[in-house]
Amino acid sequence: MLTLVGVLIVIAGFALRQNPLLVVIVAAVATALAGGIAPAAIVTDIGRAFTENRYMALVWFTLPVIGMLEKNGLKERAQALIARVRSATTGRLLILYLAMRQCTAAIGLTSFGGHAAMVRPLVAPMAEAAAAARFGALPEQTRYLIRAHAAAVDNIGVFFGEDIFIAMGSVLLIKAFLDQNGIALTPLSIALWSIPTALAVFLIQSLRLLWLDRRLERGLGKRP
Amino acid sequence: MSILDAIYALLGLMFAAASFINLRDRSNPKRYKSALFWGLYAVTFFFGTWLPPFVTGCLVILMALTAGIGGLGKGASGEAAEAERRERAAHFGNRLFVPALLIPLVTVAGTLLLQHVANHGHPLVAVKDATLVALGVAVLVALAVGLVMLRQQAAVPLFEARRLLNSVGSVAVLPQLLAVLGALFALAGVGQVVADLVGRFIPVDNAFAVVTAYAVGMALFTMVMGNAFAAFPVMTAGIGLPLIVHLHHGNPGVMGAIGMLAGYCGTLMTPLAANFNIVPAALLELPDQNGVVKVQIPTGLILLVVNTLLIYFLVFRF
Repeated sequence: MLTLVGVLIVIAGFALRQNPLLVVIVAAVATALAGGIAPAAIVTDIGRAFTENRYMALVWFTLPVIGMLEKNGLKERAQALIARVRSATTGRLLILYLAMRQCTAAIGLTSFGGHAAMVRPLVAPMAEAAAAARFGALPEQTRYLIRAHAAAVDNIGVFFGEDIFIAMGSVLLIKAFLDQNGIALTPLSIALWSIPTALAVFLIQSLRLLWLDRRLERGLGKRP
Repeated sequence: MSILDAIYALLGLMFAAASFINLRDRSNPKRYKSALFWGLYAVTFFFGTWLPPFVTGCLVILMALTAGIGGLGKGASGEAAEAERRERAAHFGNRLFVPALLIPLVTVAGTLLLQHVANHGHPLVAVKDATLVALGVAVLVALAVGLVMLRQQAAVPLFEARRLLNSVGSVAVLPQLLAVLGALFALAGVGQVVADLVGRFIPVDNAFAVVTAYAVGMALFTMVMGNAFAAFPVMTAGIGLPLIVHLHHGNPGVMGAIGMLAGYCGTLMTPLAANFNIVPAALLELPDQNGVVKVQIPTGLILLVVNTLLIYFLVFRF
């Protein structure tokens, strides 16, 4: 039971808006101490896990390119392009991106997308511009809301698309775990069952995005 | 030194450049701390493969203290003025999309290609590293094309990377640190404690209650661990296999697949999945670091209900 102290520290620390790095490192050390791991071994374990998970930082490797393109007007160009499409709305654009993200992930192409490479430079500015083209300059809160939806669509698309692909890490993890427990299944007979959820979430999120369109229209009104 | 190590070294170089530029930025009142933070991070990338884990651990703790006590400060962003960006956008037109789209395209092509390239029968890159290496190569290709096409000076990408890193701030390291937390949770046996707690309160004879406990347990556990992959073995060993499969004769494929997706509903709703939820909030410059989580919660909750029902109606039928 005592090992749950780390969970409590994380919840309290995040709720009280302490610096997340500090909260996480304190929670990690407290959990390990409660679990009876010696202090020197804790530092070693932290170092080893940190190095093993360096791949998570590779997303930042795109920043030099994205930054250079932003400096030269990438966002502005994307916005100008979308403003010309009369039928474009924030919701419809994000539904289109959701469909693209789910379909490409479902055939294993999870690299089409991402918050640094696609959402910040392209999807979010376009979603904002689609609304601005209809309603004029957007209030700050509305812009933040649209951006948050753009980020959410990227997550939802990849999460509930990728498991349909049989060679995806999660499908292989499920297979390996069941194998260990004496249940032999083909990856296909696991991946297949991800399809109903994929369809359901596309429906749910699309309805929410159409509702977002209506909310924007009611809140901001059509431009005369 | 593997190809992946070389890419990590380049990434280290980028962090080192950010550190150096921050050090010379007098507009940032905390420039020394900021330089120290990114400098330490650079070291873990340059030498990560060779440093003893104990030393890396010390560096990580030092980084957390540097960022955690008093923050890093920002200084002038150095962002190009909007009028200038509009002018350049009009000048370059759709050419601007080429380097941006090269990143995903080359990554995908590279991933497919690298899995088939072998040197004397040995694969050039380990299969699990193929996507990472391909991404690294894709960035270098996009960078080269962008520099030539837009006629940029070579230092521009580094200054721009530093601008974006500063706007994200120390949260950039959070996903990696949460992975550390997950590793220590696993070593300390947190998973088993949670599974036991959940398991203690289920009426095992009721199939619907068992399914609900499994699906909701996956989501809750994922929210606590920040990672559905960590939750899956624990919940499936604790509840899924003994109760759904063995006691009620459910289909393990249905249970595993949709159970994992119930976990993903948890991922949508927790700040602990920082790379999906907190990092984009920082990247998109949202004032509320939980802005993305809040938008995702309704979808997460509705879909969790859907997943629970899907398991219940499918798992005993196939």
